[in-house]
Amino acid sequence: MMNYAITADIPDSNDNIVRQMQDSMRSKTSDSSADIKMTAEGVSVFYGEEQALDDINIDIHSKQITALIGPSGCGKSTFLRCLNRMNDVIDGCRITGRIALDGEDIYAPSVDVVSLRSHVGMVFQKPNPFPKSIFENVAYGPKIHGLAKTQDEIEEIAIKSLKSAGLFDEVKDRLHAPATGLSGGQQQRLCIARAISINPGVLLMDEPCSALDPIATARIEDLMWELKENITIIIVTHSMQQASRVSQHTGFFHMGVMAEVGTTEQIFQNPVDPRTRDYITGRFG
Amino acid sequence: MNSIQLITIFIVLTASAGVLGWRRASSPAFLQQGRSRSRAVYHGSYTVLWCTVPMIIVALGWLLVESWVIRPAVMQTLALGGVQPTANIAFQYLEIRNIATGVLPDTHASDAVLIAVERYKSLSSIASNIFAALLLVAGVSGFLYSYRRISAKFPAREQVEKFVRFFLLASSTVAILTTLSIVMALVVEALLFFKHVPLLDFLFGTKWSPQVAIRADQVGSSGAFGAIPLFAGTLLIALIAMLVAVPIGLFSAIFLSEYARPSVRHTIKPMLEILAGIPTVVYGFFAALTVAPLVVKASAAIGLSASSESALAAGLVMGVMIIPFISSLSDDVISAIPTSLRLGSLALGATRSETIRKVILPAALPGIMGAILLAVSRAIGETMIVVMAAGLAANLTANPLESVTTVTAQIVTILIGDQEFDSPKTLAAFALGLTLFCVTLVLNFVALKIVSTYEERYD
Repeated sequence: MMNYAITADIPDSNDNIVRQMQDSMRSKTSDSSADIKMTAEGVSVFYGEEQALDDINIDIHSKQITALIGPSGCGKSTFLRCLNRMNDVIDGCRITGRIALDGEDIYAPSVDVVSLRSHVGMVFQKPNPFPKSIFENVAYGPKIHGLAKTQDEIEEIAIKSLKSAGLFDEVKDRLHAPATGLSGGQQQRLCIARAISINPGVLLMDEPCSALDPIATARIEDLMWELKENITIIIVTHSMQQASRVSQHTGFFHMGVMAEVGTTEQIFQNPVDPRTRDYITGRFG
Repeated sequence: MNSIQLITIFIVLTASAGVLGWRRASSPAFLQQGRSRSRAVYHGSYTVLWCTVPMIIVALGWLLVESWVIRPAVMQTLALGGVQPTANIAFQYLEIRNIATGVLPDTHASDAVLIAVERYKSLSSIASNIFAALLLVAGVSGFLYSYRRISAKFPAREQVEKFVRFFLLASSTVAILTTLSIVMALVVEALLFFKHVPLLDFLFGTKWSPQVAIRADQVGSSGAFGAIPLFAGTLLIALIAMLVAVPIGLFSAIFLSEYARPSVRHTIKPMLEILAGIPTVVYGFFAALTVAPLVVKASAAIGLSASSESALAAGLVMGVMIIPFISSLSDDVISAIPTSLRLGSLALGATRSETIRKVILPAALPGIMGAILLAVSRAIGETMIVVMAAGLAANLTANPLESVTTVTAQIVTILIGDQEFDSPKTLAAFALGLTLFCVTLVLNFVALKIVSTYEERYD
C-alpha cells in the first residue's frame, strides 16, 4: 500500500504494482488453498494475430461468487469462455498459460473437453432454451451423460433442478409445453436449471441478466445466492451494482489485462488501481 | 400501314409525350408557380404513361377485334363464292391468310379462294389504317389529358407511384394467369380423353398399352389405359432417387454447416450446386451409357439378371441429380438455427454429433422435410433421365433391376412424331399430365406449408 502511494503517478509501473498486490493476496490465501476451485496463471488469448487477453492471473474461490467486471471489449467474456474451453469452437483462437480446475490443468492433452464442460457449466447472455419442452430441456444433460438409468430418475433430477432454479412452481403444470413459450426471465432460469442438472462444480454466467427486466434480474441474483451453497459461480457483468450485490470477489478487466483483483469490498470501496477507481466512480466505461 | 410504321408511331408519340411533359414542368412559367410537388422527370413520366397505356390497351383490343371482324367477313365471301365451310374452318381461313401474305403460292387456289384472298387483303389494309388512326387518337388524347393536368400542385410523383404498383401487380399476375391457362388446357384435353376412357379405368387400371387401331382393319391393340404401372414406375424410380439423395444430401449439408471450415464450405457448396446446373439430358447419357451397364455387370456378379434399361440405373443417377436440392436447402435451414443453441448444448458437455442429433436436427426437421418434399416433386417430374435410362416398357413391378416406365416418359413417347389429336392415345398424354400436375401440386403445397410453419418458429 505504501509502495503504491509513492509510485502511483508513474503510469508505467501500474502493472507491476498490481501484480505485487495480486501476489500478496495470493500468499494471504495460500494457507487455505483447498478453498481455491480454479486458478488461472499467465493466461493469454489470441484470435489469429490479435491478442485479446494478456497474462491473466486469478484464483477462483470455492463456493463463492466471483464477478468479472470491466468496460465492453475488455476480454472478460473471452476469459470466462477459457474456463470451460468454449473458445475451442472458435476458429483461430489460441490460448497460452495455465488454467487449473481442482489443481488439474484443463488444457492438458489428456483432458476430455466434453467431461470438463460437464463439470464447468455455463449460462449465456441471452436465454437459449432448446426448442423442446421444458422437461426435455432439463432432462437433456442427464440423458447425454447417462446420469439416470430410468425415466423416474430422470424425472427426479429434472424436478430437482427446476426446484433449485426456483422455476418448478411456475411450470409444474406445463412441464411438457414448449420452453420457448416462457418469459425471458423464466427462460433464463430454465437455462440455469439445465446447467445445474448435471451437477457442475463451477457455473459460468456470461451477463445472465443483461436481457432481463429488474424483477427477473433480482430473482436470478437471489438464485445465485442459493446456488452458492453448493456451486462456485463466476459471473461476467456490466452492472457494477450487480457485482457489488452478489459477489464476494471481483476482478476488473481493462483492455485485455486484469487490472485489479480482490475482495468485492476492497475493489469497490478501496480500489488500488487508478483504472479501477475511474471505472467504478463512473469516469469511463 | 405495316407493323414497322405502327411501331414508329408508338415510339415517336411516347418520346414526344415525355419530352413535352418534362419541358412544361421545367419551363420558367411553371417554376414561377412556386415549389413543385414533383420533379420535372415525374411530370415527364406521367405524360409518357398517359400516352402509352391507352395505346397498349388499343393494341390489345385490336388483336381481339381482328379475328371477330375480318374472319367472319372473309369466310362469308368464301361461302358466297360457292365454297361451303368444312369442319376445318380454321384451316381454310389460315390458307387464305397465308396466300394473302405470300407465304403460300396462289397457283393451286380456286377462284372462290382468290376472291376471298382479295377480300382479306382489302379488309386488312383498311383495318390497319383504322388501327393506326385509333392508336394516334388514343396516344394523343391521353397525352393531352395528362399534359393539361401538369401544374406545380399536381402530385405527379404519387401518380407515377400508383402506376408502378399497378405495373408490378400486373407482372406477377402474368405467371399466375399462365399457370391457370396451362391447367385449363390440360383439363379440357383430359376431359376429352375421359370421354373415351372412364376415369376409374384410367386411375386404377393395371395395364398400359396406348396403341389404338387407326384404321378399322388394322391388326393391333384396342388400347389399354391403366395408369397404375406408370405411377408405380414413377414412384419406384423416385424412391430409389430419394434413397440416394436424402442421406448423401443431408450428410453433406451437416458437414457443410457444422463441421467444415468456412473456406472449405465456400469451395464445396458451389461445387455441389454445379450438379444442379448439369442439363438433365447429360445425366441421361451418363445413366444410359455408364451406370446402366454397371448395374447389369454388378447384378450379374451376384447372380441376378438386370435389364439393360433398369429402374435402378435411372434412380441412382436421378438421386445424384437431386443431391444439391437437398444439401443446399438443408444447409440453409441448418445454418439458420441460432448458434446459441449449439453453444448451449456444447456447454452442457454434449459432443458435436450429440448436439447435431438431439438439438440441431430436431429443430431443423420441418425445414429439412420441406426440402425433401420439394426434391420428391422434382424427382417425380423428371423426364429425360427416365426416357434415356429406364426404358418404355410399362411393367408393373417392384424389382428395380427390371425396366419400368414413368408418367413423364410416356407423355414424351406419346407426343413424339405425327399424332392424331383426337385419338385416345394422344389425349392420354393430357390426362397423365393433369394427374401428375395434381400430385406435384399437392406435394409442393405440403412442402411449402411445412417450411412456413418452420419459419414461424424462428422469426
